[in-house]
Amino acid sequence: MGRYVIRRLLQMIPVFFGTTLLIFLMVNVMGDPIAGLCGDRQCDPATAARLRSEFGLDKPVWQQYLTYMGNVFTGDFGTAFNGQKVTELMSTAFPITIRLTVVAIVFEVVIGITLGVVTGLRRGRPVDTTVLILTLVVIAIPTFVTGLLLQLLLGVKWGIIKPSVSADPTFDELLVPGLVLASVSLAYVTRLTRTSIAENARADYVRTAVAKGLPRRRVVVRHLLRNSLIPVVTFIGTDVGALMGGAIVTERIFNIHGVGYQLYQGILRQNSQTVVGFVTILVLVFLAANLIVDLLYAVLDPRIRYA
Amino acid sequence: MPDTTALKSTDAPAAAVDAPPVTDSGPAPGKPRSLWSDAWHDLRRNPLFLISMVLILLLVVMAIFPSLFTSASPRDADLAKHYLQHPNWGHFFAPDWLGYDGQGRSIYARLIYGARASIMVGVVVTIAVTVLGLIIGMIAGYFGGWIDTILSRVTDIFFGVPFIVGAMVILTSFEQRSVWVVILSLSFLGWTQIARVARGSVITIKQADYVVAAKALGASTTRILTRHILPNAIAPVIVVATIALGGYIAAEATLSFLGIGLAEPTVSWGIDVSAASAQLRNAPYVLIIPSVMVSITVLSFLMFGDAVRNALDPKMR
Repeated sequence: MGRYVIRRLLQMIPVFFGTTLLIFLMVNVMGDPIAGLCGDRQCDPATAARLRSEFGLDKPVWQQYLTYMGNVFTGDFGTAFNGQKVTELMSTAFPITIRLTVVAIVFEVVIGITLGVVTGLRRGRPVDTTVLILTLVVIAIPTFVTGLLLQLLLGVKWGIIKPSVSADPTFDELLVPGLVLASVSLAYVTRLTRTSIAENARADYVRTAVAKGLPRRRVVVRHLLRNSLIPVVTFIGTDVGALMGGAIVTERIFNIHGVGYQLYQGILRQNSQTVVGFVTILVLVFLAANLIVDLLYAVLDPRIRYA
Repeated sequence: MPDTTALKSTDAPAAAVDAPPVTDSGPAPGKPRSLWSDAWHDLRRNPLFLISMVLILLLVVMAIFPSLFTSASPRDADLAKHYLQHPNWGHFFAPDWLGYDGQGRSIYARLIYGARASIMVGVVVTIAVTVLGLIIGMIAGYFGGWIDTILSRVTDIFFGVPFIVGAMVILTSFEQRSVWVVILSLSFLGWTQIARVARGSVITIKQADYVVAAKALGASTTRILTRHILPNAIAPVIVVATIALGGYIAAEATLSFLGIGLAEPTVSWGIDVSAASAQLRNAPYVLIIPSVMVSITVLSFLMFGDAVRNALDPKMR
């Protein structure tokens, strides 16, 4: 187990550096990092040159990347060009987005898996067909449409929620935004669970469990569900990173000042330190979530051993 | 080349196993149907497939010949008509049928003309991503070893970049954000899934007897890859690609909604939703109409992809 974790961690290193280098190149080579510094006007050449040398932008790109990574490992993510520390932005943004993501994951797990089990056990019945078509519809509606429509109906028309959340939102304020963020993944989780349950429902061990006279509930939860969860857990694990990065739309609609908001501002103002810094953390989250998923396999299926 | 007649087979192993012995409308009765004709046989009877086909055909015609559907221009702005009419359901297909937007443009005309950007992005990105992903995935899967290690890590690296964020970063570096720039940015990051699926599929197929036989007969690597491996490995790739198509349309609309995808004067549903979201309270229908259109478009392609998957993947039945 310990050796497996170490091997996986070693494999992550090239991916981590590759991804951060890629995003670094995309931001610094394709964009112009000082473009946003002189307001909406173009910088005059002298100011531009001074800013370039001040931020080290006159050095070759690989050198800039090494300097940047060196700083990151000492906890210095640099300064956003407005003078605020990027780490300061992170310390306010991440707690909010983590709360939002937790709400979304809870929705995925509770609603998605429940619906998946219910439909998987009734394959081909009207409930199954209805839910299946519903999931297709939910997947088809882009997040920004779901978000705007729920904001319009619940927030503006019926006044059940506030159309935008407060500066430091609590969990209950994030319920609707969390549902919006989760919507597409929720439908995927339902479909995955359904397929997996339907496939495993015919397995020998389920027949044995039924023949032993175990109550149906126990057969479904302990035997069938546990064995069917592996693909679902894989999906949810990779989704954690996607949700945090994809929160950009949800956060914009409900005016949540989290990671998505900072990234949006950073990209719009071509604030390279902010963008690269936040994406670096997102990549780390993504890699860690994938590792945890792999380790969870052994918990769900004791036949899987890590040497 | 002596190997062609003996080894040419488009039957995937999966289809050969469950092909029914007697067919009612197959190409040649008594002969096992190929995976493709078997799939087509299924698809023709699937109502979801037929509905999605009709919708997709309609959208494609709309994208190519928008003037067939409306005489109004999507760019004619008349501020006197600013949010003039609520949907006027009685006036089917007239320019004022769905009312006017904030700049006094016919919402119906913009709905029709918006199809072009969406369909183009969806189709071209899917083709680009499939070609790129197939090449990378097939090379990685077929050659294995260090080539596979490197290509797989590169795939992991591109997969690790958050999709929308990455696309936004690329898009902001272009001054003129045309449809082609959006296509480029989505294709640049989107090929990873296809590459992974293609790699996996090639790894299982390269051990098949017909590949070993072709190798033994001295067929060149290019020939083995294009004539023997590609036709048999492509089914799962097509499934993933058709389902992804709807996703790319949604991604274009999302980017345009964020103000970072397409820009005026291109007509795009995402731009219209974005503009309308500022007037959510006053004129919600201006927002709802293009939103519904995006959703219907994505749904048609998703249903299409879902039906194709069920037909090509016998396990799912």
